[in-house]
Amino acid sequence: MEIKVLGPGCPKCQATEKNVREVVTEAGLDAQVDKVTDVMEIAKYGVFGTPAVVVDGEVKSVGKIPEKREIMTWIKK
Amino acid sequence: MKERTKLLLIVLVFLACYFIPWGNSTIRQSGLEAFMMLQEYARKHVLTCLIPAFFIAGAITVFVSQASVLKYFGAMSKKILSYSVASVSGTVLAVCSCTVLPLFAGIYTRGAGIGPATTFLYSGPAINVLAIVLTARILGWRLGLARAIGAVIFAVLTGLLMAIFFRKDDAARTTGQIYVPDEDEKQRTLLQDALFMLTMVLILIFAAFARPAEGSTGLWPAIFAAKWYITAGLLIVLVLMLKNWFLKEERTNWVQSTWGFMKQIFPLLGTGVLVAGFMLGRPGHSALIPEHYIQTLVGGNSLWANLFASVSGALMYFATLTEVPILQGLIGAGMGKGPALSLLLAGPALSLPNMLVIGGVMGVKKTATFCVIIVILSTIAGICYGRMAG
Repeated sequence: MEIKVLGPGCPKCQATEKNVREVVTEAGLDAQVDKVTDVMEIAKYGVFGTPAVVVDGEVKSVGKIPEKREIMTWIKK
Repeated sequence: MKERTKLLLIVLVFLACYFIPWGNSTIRQSGLEAFMMLQEYARKHVLTCLIPAFFIAGAITVFVSQASVLKYFGAMSKKILSYSVASVSGTVLAVCSCTVLPLFAGIYTRGAGIGPATTFLYSGPAINVLAIVLTARILGWRLGLARAIGAVIFAVLTGLLMAIFFRKDDAARTTGQIYVPDEDEKQRTLLQDALFMLTMVLILIFAAFARPAEGSTGLWPAIFAAKWYITAGLLIVLVLMLKNWFLKEERTNWVQSTWGFMKQIFPLLGTGVLVAGFMLGRPGHSALIPEHYIQTLVGGNSLWANLFASVSGALMYFATLTEVPILQGLIGAGMGKGPALSLLLAGPALSLPNMLVIGGVMGVKKTATFCVIIVILSTIAGICYGRMAG
Protein backbone atom coordinates (compact mmCIF):
# COMPACT_ATOMS: atom_id res chain seq x y z
CA MET A 1 0.00 0.00 0.00
CA GLU A 2 1.20 3.47 -0.83
CA ILE A 3 0.17 6.47 1.23
CA LYS A 4 1.11 10.01 0.30
CA VAL A 5 0.77 13.05 2.54
CA LEU A 6 0.63 16.22 0.46
CA GLY A 7 1.68 19.47 2.08
CA PRO A 8 4.47 22.01 1.80
CA GLY A 9 5.59 21.66 5.41
CA CYS A 10 3.22 23.70 7.54
CA PRO A 11 2.45 22.54 11.10
CA LYS A 12 -0.89 21.04 10.00
CA CYS A 13 0.83 18.94 7.34
CA GLN A 14 3.33 17.65 9.87
CA ALA A 15 0.53 16.73 12.24
CA THR A 16 -1.19 14.86 9.42
CA GLU A 17 1.95 12.94 8.55
CA LYS A 18 2.45 12.04 12.19
CA ASN A 19 -1.12 10.73 12.50
CA VAL A 20 -0.79 8.66 9.34
CA ARG A 21 2.50 7.12 10.41
CA GLU A 22 1.17 6.29 13.85
CA VAL A 23 -1.89 4.58 12.44
CA VAL A 24 0.23 2.56 10.02
CA THR A 25 2.51 1.42 12.84
CA GLU A 26 -0.39 0.65 15.17
CA ALA A 27 -2.15 -1.40 12.53
CA GLY A 28 1.10 -3.19 11.74
CA LEU A 29 0.61 -2.60 8.04
CA ASP A 30 3.23 -2.90 5.37
CA ALA A 31 2.63 0.51 3.86
CA GLN A 32 4.94 3.07 2.40
CA VAL A 33 4.28 6.60 3.69
CA ASP A 34 5.69 9.44 1.60
CA LYS A 35 5.62 13.14 2.20
CA VAL A 36 5.13 15.25 -0.95
CA THR A 37 6.29 18.83 -0.48
CA ASP A 38 6.79 20.04 -4.04
CA VAL A 39 3.87 22.30 -4.96
CA MET A 40 3.79 21.13 -8.58
CA GLU A 41 3.63 17.51 -7.46
CA ILE A 42 0.80 18.43 -5.12
CA ALA A 43 -1.05 20.24 -7.90
CA LYS A 44 -0.87 17.12 -10.06
CA TYR A 45 -3.27 15.38 -7.71
CA GLY A 46 -5.77 18.18 -8.26
CA VAL A 47 -6.18 18.90 -4.58
CA PHE A 48 -7.32 22.40 -3.69
CA GLY A 49 -6.00 22.76 -0.20
CA THR A 50 -3.44 21.09 1.99
CA PRO A 51 -2.75 18.92 3.92
CA ALA A 52 -4.18 16.17 1.76
CA VAL A 53 -3.89 12.40 2.07
CA VAL A 54 -3.72 10.09 -0.94
CA VAL A 55 -4.03 6.33 -0.48
CA ASP A 56 -3.07 4.19 -3.50
CA GLY A 57 -3.66 7.12 -5.85
CA GLU A 58 -7.05 7.96 -4.40
CA VAL A 59 -7.56 11.32 -2.69
CA LYS A 60 -9.01 10.67 0.76
CA SER A 61 -8.96 13.99 2.58
CA VAL A 62 -8.27 17.59 1.69
CA GLY A 63 -7.57 20.65 3.79
CA LYS A 64 -7.72 19.22 7.29
CA ILE A 65 -5.91 17.04 9.76
CA PRO A 66 -7.69 13.68 9.54
CA GLU A 67 -8.47 11.89 12.75
CA LYS A 68 -6.84 8.56 13.47
CA ARG A 69 -10.00 6.50 13.28
CA GLU A 70 -10.74 8.12 9.94
CA ILE A 71 -7.32 7.13 8.62
CA MET A 72 -7.91 3.62 9.92
CA THR A 73 -10.99 3.25 7.72
CA TRP A 74 -9.02 4.19 4.62
CA ILE A 75 -6.25 1.69 5.09
CA LYS A 76 -8.39 -1.22 6.27
CA LYS A 77 -9.83 -3.13 3.40
CA MET B 1 14.63 22.25 10.36
CA LYS B 2 17.68 20.37 9.14
CA GLU B 3 20.53 19.76 11.57
CA ARG B 4 22.88 21.72 9.34
CA THR B 5 20.57 24.76 9.46
CA LYS B 6 20.45 24.54 13.24
CA LEU B 7 24.24 24.51 13.42
CA LEU B 8 24.47 27.47 11.07
CA LEU B 9 21.96 29.37 13.20
CA ILE B 10 23.90 28.70 16.39
CA VAL B 11 27.17 29.75 14.75
CA LEU B 12 25.57 32.98 13.51
CA VAL B 13 24.16 33.82 16.95
CA PHE B 14 27.54 33.06 18.49
CA LEU B 15 29.37 35.31 16.04
CA ALA B 16 26.85 38.10 16.67
CA CYS B 17 27.35 37.79 20.45
CA TYR B 18 31.10 37.71 20.00
CA PHE B 19 31.69 40.55 17.58
CA ILE B 20 28.91 43.12 18.02
CA PRO B 21 30.34 45.99 20.12
CA TRP B 22 27.63 45.92 22.78
CA GLY B 23 29.43 48.61 24.79
CA ASN B 24 29.08 51.17 22.03
CA SER B 25 26.52 53.84 22.90
CA THR B 26 24.59 53.61 19.61
CA ILE B 27 24.29 49.84 20.00
CA ARG B 28 23.12 50.25 23.59
CA GLN B 29 20.54 52.79 22.52
CA SER B 30 19.37 50.46 19.73
CA GLY B 31 19.11 47.51 22.09
CA LEU B 32 17.06 49.58 24.50
CA GLU B 33 14.80 50.75 21.67
CA ALA B 34 14.22 47.14 20.63
CA PHE B 35 12.81 46.24 24.05
CA MET B 36 10.94 49.53 24.46
CA MET B 37 9.16 48.79 21.21
CA LEU B 38 8.42 45.23 22.30
CA GLN B 39 6.94 46.58 25.51
CA GLU B 40 4.83 49.05 23.59
CA TYR B 41 3.36 46.16 21.57
CA ALA B 42 2.86 44.05 24.66
CA ARG B 43 1.05 46.86 26.50
CA LYS B 44 -0.99 48.39 23.75
CA HIS B 45 -1.67 45.82 21.09
CA VAL B 46 -1.56 42.25 22.34
CA LEU B 47 -4.61 42.03 24.60
CA THR B 48 -7.00 44.33 22.81
CA CYS B 49 -6.02 43.73 19.22
CA LEU B 50 -3.96 40.63 18.50
CA ILE B 51 -5.72 38.14 20.75
CA PRO B 52 -9.25 38.96 19.51
CA ALA B 53 -7.90 38.95 15.95
CA PHE B 54 -6.44 35.47 16.47
CA PHE B 55 -9.81 34.21 17.67
CA ILE B 56 -11.49 35.72 14.62
CA ALA B 57 -8.94 34.18 12.29
CA GLY B 58 -9.40 30.83 14.03
CA ALA B 59 -13.18 31.11 13.69
CA ILE B 60 -12.89 31.87 10.00
CA THR B 61 -10.80 28.80 9.29
CA VAL B 62 -13.13 26.53 11.24
CA PHE B 63 -16.61 27.91 10.65
CA VAL B 64 -16.42 29.22 7.11
CA SER B 65 -16.66 26.41 4.63
CA GLN B 66 -13.60 26.39 2.41
CA ALA B 67 -15.33 24.19 -0.09
CA SER B 68 -17.96 26.83 -0.77
CA VAL B 69 -15.22 29.28 -1.75
CA LEU B 70 -12.98 26.89 -3.64
CA LYS B 71 -15.65 25.65 -5.99
CA TYR B 72 -15.43 29.00 -7.79
CA PHE B 73 -11.90 28.17 -8.92
CA GLY B 74 -12.78 25.15 -11.02
CA ALA B 75 -12.08 25.11 -14.76
CA MET B 76 -15.78 25.44 -15.58
CA SER B 77 -16.58 28.40 -13.34
CA LYS B 78 -17.58 31.74 -14.76
CA LYS B 79 -14.56 34.00 -15.11
CA ILE B 80 -16.12 37.05 -13.46
CA LEU B 81 -17.00 34.98 -10.42
CA SER B 82 -13.53 33.44 -10.29
CA TYR B 83 -11.86 36.82 -10.30
CA SER B 84 -14.11 38.43 -7.74
CA VAL B 85 -13.98 35.47 -5.37
CA ALA B 86 -10.21 35.18 -5.82
CA SER B 87 -9.67 38.82 -4.98
CA VAL B 88 -11.34 38.61 -1.58
CA SER B 89 -10.78 34.96 -0.72
CA GLY B 90 -7.55 35.80 1.06
CA THR B 91 -9.65 36.83 4.04
CA VAL B 92 -11.17 33.37 4.23
CA LEU B 93 -8.55 30.96 3.00
CA ALA B 94 -5.07 32.24 3.37
CA VAL B 95 -4.53 33.16 6.96
CA CYS B 96 -1.74 30.59 6.82
CA SER B 97 0.74 31.50 4.11
CA CYS B 98 1.69 27.88 3.60
CA THR B 99 -1.66 27.13 1.98
CA VAL B 100 -1.33 29.85 -0.65
CA LEU B 101 1.26 28.27 -2.93
CA PRO B 102 -0.26 24.78 -3.27
CA LEU B 103 -3.65 26.33 -3.86
CA PHE B 104 -2.19 28.63 -6.46
CA ALA B 105 -0.52 25.72 -8.24
CA GLY B 106 -3.81 23.83 -8.17
CA ILE B 107 -5.88 26.68 -9.58
CA TYR B 108 -3.24 27.31 -12.23
CA THR B 109 -2.79 23.78 -13.50
CA ARG B 110 -6.18 22.21 -12.96
CA GLY B 111 -8.64 25.00 -12.38
CA ALA B 112 -9.62 28.42 -13.61
CA GLY B 113 -6.29 29.29 -15.20
CA ILE B 114 -3.60 31.90 -14.91
CA GLY B 115 -5.80 34.98 -14.36
CA PRO B 116 -7.72 33.87 -11.26
CA ALA B 117 -4.65 31.96 -10.04
CA THR B 118 -2.46 35.07 -9.98
CA THR B 119 -5.32 37.13 -8.54
CA PHE B 120 -5.49 34.65 -5.69
CA LEU B 121 -1.70 34.49 -5.37
CA TYR B 122 -1.57 38.23 -4.85
CA SER B 123 -4.64 38.73 -2.68
CA GLY B 124 -4.07 35.71 -0.46
CA PRO B 125 -1.32 37.02 1.78
CA ALA B 126 -2.13 40.70 1.22
CA ILE B 127 -5.64 40.87 2.65
CA ASN B 128 -5.76 38.35 5.43
CA VAL B 129 -7.73 39.55 8.44
CA LEU B 130 -4.82 39.65 10.84
CA ALA B 131 -2.67 41.79 8.53
CA ILE B 132 -5.38 44.34 7.81
CA VAL B 133 -6.42 44.62 11.47
CA LEU B 134 -2.87 45.10 12.67
CA THR B 135 -2.05 47.61 9.91
CA ALA B 136 -5.11 49.70 10.71
CA ARG B 137 -4.40 49.53 14.41
CA ILE B 138 -0.71 50.42 14.40
CA LEU B 139 -0.19 52.42 11.23
CA GLY B 140 -3.55 54.18 11.28
CA TRP B 141 -6.92 53.29 9.77
CA ARG B 142 -6.24 55.29 6.60
CA LEU B 143 -3.27 53.14 5.67
CA GLY B 144 -5.14 50.02 6.74
CA LEU B 145 -8.07 50.91 4.51
CA ALA B 146 -5.80 51.91 1.64
CA ARG B 147 -4.04 48.57 2.01
CA ALA B 148 -7.27 46.58 1.95
CA ILE B 149 -8.78 48.44 -1.01
CA GLY B 150 -5.48 48.57 -2.88
CA ALA B 151 -4.93 44.85 -2.42
CA VAL B 152 -8.37 43.89 -3.78
CA ILE B 153 -8.10 46.19 -6.81
CA PHE B 154 -4.52 45.14 -7.53
CA ALA B 155 -5.37 41.49 -7.28
CA VAL B 156 -8.01 41.77 -9.99
CA LEU B 157 -5.88 44.05 -12.18
CA THR B 158 -2.85 41.78 -11.92
CA GLY B 159 -4.91 38.72 -12.76
CA LEU B 160 -6.54 40.37 -15.76
CA LEU B 161 -3.22 41.67 -17.08
CA MET B 162 -1.61 38.25 -16.71
CA ALA B 163 -4.56 36.64 -18.50
CA ILE B 164 -4.26 39.13 -21.35
CA PHE B 165 -0.49 38.80 -21.71
CA PHE B 166 -0.54 35.02 -21.70
CA ARG B 167 -3.93 34.30 -23.24
CA LYS B 168 -2.64 31.85 -25.86
CA ASP B 169 -0.86 29.74 -23.32
CA ASP B 170 -3.96 29.33 -21.21
CA ALA B 171 -5.51 26.76 -23.51
CA ALA B 172 -2.91 24.06 -22.92
CA ARG B 173 -4.15 23.07 -19.52
CA THR B 174 -4.68 19.64 -18.15
CA THR B 175 -8.17 19.00 -17.00
CA GLY B 176 -8.92 16.39 -14.47
CA GLN B 177 -10.74 15.65 -11.29
CA ILE B 178 -10.31 18.33 -8.66
CA TYR B 179 -10.72 17.77 -4.99
CA VAL B 180 -11.89 20.51 -2.67
CA PRO B 181 -12.01 20.20 1.11
CA ASP B 182 -15.03 18.26 2.31
CA GLU B 183 -18.11 20.24 3.07
CA ASP B 184 -19.17 19.67 6.61
CA GLU B 185 -22.78 19.20 7.48
CA LYS B 186 -23.84 22.13 9.53
CA GLN B 187 -26.71 22.81 11.86
CA ARG B 188 -26.28 26.56 11.80
CA THR B 189 -27.71 28.96 9.29
CA LEU B 190 -25.66 31.50 7.42
CA LEU B 191 -27.26 34.21 9.54
CA GLN B 192 -26.01 32.57 12.73
CA ASP B 193 -22.48 32.34 11.34
CA ALA B 194 -22.63 35.97 10.27
CA LEU B 195 -23.91 37.13 13.67
CA PHE B 196 -21.18 35.16 15.39
CA MET B 197 -18.47 36.79 13.26
CA LEU B 198 -20.08 40.20 13.70
CA THR B 199 -20.03 39.86 17.50
CA MET B 200 -16.34 39.08 17.45
CA VAL B 201 -15.53 41.96 15.12
CA LEU B 202 -17.52 44.29 17.39
CA ILE B 203 -15.56 43.05 20.41
CA LEU B 204 -12.37 43.83 18.54
CA ILE B 205 -13.58 47.31 17.63
CA PHE B 206 -14.82 48.25 21.10
CA ALA B 207 -11.94 46.71 23.05
CA ALA B 208 -9.50 48.64 20.90
CA PHE B 209 -11.56 51.84 20.83
CA ALA B 210 -9.12 54.73 20.77
CA ARG B 211 -9.31 57.58 23.26
CA PRO B 212 -11.00 60.49 21.48
CA ALA B 213 -9.22 63.83 21.17
CA GLU B 214 -9.28 66.04 24.27
CA GLY B 215 -12.34 68.27 24.53
CA SER B 216 -14.37 66.47 21.87
CA THR B 217 -18.01 65.99 22.75
CA GLY B 218 -20.89 63.85 21.62
CA LEU B 219 -20.90 60.19 20.68
CA TRP B 220 -17.21 59.22 20.68
CA PRO B 221 -16.32 60.11 24.30
CA ALA B 222 -19.54 58.45 25.45
CA ILE B 223 -18.61 55.25 23.63
CA PHE B 224 -15.09 55.45 24.97
CA ALA B 225 -16.34 55.80 28.54
CA ALA B 226 -18.61 52.79 28.15
CA LYS B 227 -16.30 50.64 26.06
CA TRP B 228 -15.52 48.04 28.70
CA TYR B 229 -19.21 47.63 29.59
CA ILE B 230 -20.05 47.18 25.90
CA THR B 231 -17.19 44.72 25.47
CA ALA B 232 -18.27 42.73 28.50
CA GLY B 233 -21.86 42.65 27.23
CA LEU B 234 -20.70 41.43 23.84
CA LEU B 235 -18.57 38.75 25.47
CA ILE B 236 -21.63 37.43 27.30
CA VAL B 237 -23.54 37.33 24.01
CA LEU B 238 -20.61 35.47 22.44
CA VAL B 239 -20.56 32.88 25.21
CA LEU B 240 -24.32 32.31 24.82
CA MET B 241 -23.92 31.84 21.07
CA LEU B 242 -21.09 29.39 21.58
CA LYS B 243 -23.09 27.42 24.10
CA ASN B 244 -26.28 27.16 22.08
CA TRP B 245 -25.23 27.10 18.44
CA PHE B 246 -22.03 25.11 18.38
CA LEU B 247 -21.11 21.51 18.99
CA LYS B 248 -18.41 20.65 21.46
CA GLU B 249 -16.21 19.39 18.65
CA GLU B 250 -16.48 22.68 16.78
CA ARG B 251 -15.57 24.67 19.84
CA THR B 252 -12.50 22.52 20.39
CA ASN B 253 -11.47 22.98 16.75
CA TRP B 254 -11.91 26.70 17.06
CA VAL B 255 -9.69 26.96 20.13
CA GLN B 256 -7.15 24.64 18.51
CA SER B 257 -6.81 26.65 15.32
CA THR B 258 -6.65 29.91 17.30
CA TRP B 259 -3.87 28.38 19.35
CA GLY B 260 -2.23 27.29 16.11
CA PHE B 261 -2.17 30.87 14.85
CA MET B 262 -0.78 32.15 18.11
CA LYS B 263 2.02 29.60 18.13
CA GLN B 264 2.83 30.38 14.55
CA ILE B 265 2.65 34.16 14.63
CA PHE B 266 3.68 35.38 18.10
CA PRO B 267 7.35 34.30 17.89
CA LEU B 268 7.67 35.75 14.39
CA LEU B 269 6.00 39.01 15.32
CA GLY B 270 8.02 39.33 18.52
CA THR B 271 11.27 38.85 16.62
CA GLY B 272 10.09 41.28 13.94
CA VAL B 273 9.34 43.94 16.56
CA LEU B 274 12.74 43.45 18.22
CA VAL B 275 14.59 43.70 14.90
CA ALA B 276 12.59 46.74 13.79
CA GLY B 277 13.19 48.41 17.15
CA PHE B 278 16.89 47.64 17.03
CA MET B 279 17.36 48.92 13.50
CA LEU B 280 14.92 51.81 13.39
CA GLY B 281 13.72 52.60 16.90
CA ARG B 282 10.29 53.75 17.99
CA PRO B 283 8.86 56.75 16.17
CA GLY B 284 10.71 59.81 17.40
CA HIS B 285 13.64 57.84 18.80
CA SER B 286 16.75 57.05 16.83
CA ALA B 287 18.46 53.68 16.72
CA LEU B 288 21.07 51.87 14.64
CA ILE B 289 20.19 53.17 11.17
CA PRO B 290 20.48 56.98 11.07
CA GLU B 291 17.24 58.70 10.11
CA HIS B 292 18.71 60.77 7.30
CA TYR B 293 19.43 57.62 5.26
CA ILE B 294 15.81 56.66 5.39
CA GLN B 295 14.68 60.16 4.62
CA THR B 296 16.90 60.32 1.52
CA LEU B 297 15.83 56.89 0.29
CA VAL B 298 12.10 56.78 0.98
CA GLY B 299 11.19 60.20 2.39
CA GLY B 300 8.71 62.43 0.59
CA ASN B 301 6.62 61.13 -2.28
CA SER B 302 8.87 61.16 -5.32
CA LEU B 303 8.71 58.54 -8.07
CA TRP B 304 12.11 57.30 -6.97
CA ALA B 305 11.11 56.90 -3.33
CA ASN B 306 7.98 54.97 -4.27
CA LEU B 307 9.81 52.79 -6.77
CA PHE B 308 12.58 52.04 -4.29
CA ALA B 309 10.02 51.09 -1.63
CA SER B 310 8.10 48.76 -3.91
CA VAL B 311 11.17 47.06 -5.37
CA SER B 312 12.73 46.46 -1.98
CA GLY B 313 9.36 45.32 -0.64
CA ALA B 314 9.07 42.87 -3.51
CA LEU B 315 12.50 41.36 -2.84
CA MET B 316 12.38 41.26 0.94
CA TYR B 317 10.80 38.41 2.84
CA PHE B 318 8.39 39.48 5.54
CA ALA B 319 7.29 36.75 7.89
CA THR B 320 3.55 37.00 8.60
CA LEU B 321 2.67 40.43 10.02
CA THR B 322 6.26 41.56 10.58
CA GLU B 323 5.86 44.13 7.83
CA VAL B 324 3.82 46.18 10.29
CA PRO B 325 6.45 46.90 12.99
CA ILE B 326 9.11 47.35 10.32
CA LEU B 327 6.99 49.95 8.56
CA GLN B 328 6.18 51.58 11.88
CA GLY B 329 9.91 52.02 12.45
CA LEU B 330 10.47 53.28 8.92
CA ILE B 331 7.61 55.80 9.08
CA GLY B 332 8.87 56.99 12.46
CA ALA B 333 12.28 57.52 10.92
CA GLY B 334 10.92 59.66 8.11
CA MET B 335 9.46 57.38 5.43
CA GLY B 336 6.77 59.08 3.35
CA LYS B 337 3.16 57.85 3.39
CA GLY B 338 3.18 57.04 -0.33
CA PRO B 339 6.28 54.81 -0.17
CA ALA B 340 4.83 53.16 2.94
CA LEU B 341 1.79 52.03 0.96
CA SER B 342 4.01 50.97 -1.96
CA LEU B 343 5.94 48.72 0.38
CA LEU B 344 2.77 47.33 1.98
CA LEU B 345 1.29 46.46 -1.39
CA ALA B 346 4.39 44.93 -2.93
CA GLY B 347 5.84 43.44 0.24
CA PRO B 348 3.82 40.56 1.66
CA ALA B 349 2.79 39.12 -1.70
CA LEU B 350 6.31 38.84 -3.08
CA SER B 351 9.70 37.82 -1.79
CA LEU B 352 12.77 36.20 -3.27
CA PRO B 353 12.06 32.70 -1.91
CA ASN B 354 8.44 33.06 -2.97
CA MET B 355 9.45 34.05 -6.51
CA LEU B 356 11.57 30.90 -6.81
CA VAL B 357 8.58 28.69 -5.99
CA ILE B 358 6.25 30.62 -8.31
CA GLY B 359 8.93 30.35 -10.99
CA GLY B 360 8.88 26.59 -10.57
CA VAL B 361 5.13 26.53 -11.11
CA MET B 362 4.60 28.88 -14.03
CA GLY B 363 8.02 29.53 -15.51
CA VAL B 364 10.49 32.40 -15.39
CA LYS B 365 8.82 34.61 -17.98
CA LYS B 366 5.41 34.67 -16.33
CA THR B 367 6.89 35.09 -12.88
CA ALA B 368 8.96 38.06 -14.05
CA THR B 369 5.88 39.63 -15.64
CA PHE B 370 3.89 39.06 -12.46
CA CYS B 371 6.55 40.77 -10.34
CA VAL B 372 6.97 43.70 -12.71
CA ILE B 373 3.21 44.30 -12.84
CA ILE B 374 3.03 44.36 -9.05
CA VAL B 375 6.04 46.67 -8.67
CA ILE B 376 4.64 49.14 -11.23
CA LEU B 377 1.12 49.09 -9.76
CA SER B 378 2.45 49.51 -6.20
CA THR B 379 4.56 52.46 -7.24
CA ILE B 380 1.60 54.17 -8.91
CA ALA B 381 -0.66 53.49 -5.93
CA GLY B 382 2.00 54.85 -3.58
CA ILE B 383 2.29 58.09 -5.54
CA CYS B 384 -1.49 58.57 -5.63
CA TYR B 385 -1.89 57.82 -1.93
CA GLY B 386 1.04 60.10 -1.08
CA ARG B 387 -0.67 62.94 -2.98
CA MET B 388 -4.00 62.37 -1.27
CA ALA B 389 -2.68 61.88 2.24
CA GLY B 390 -0.31 64.81 1.85
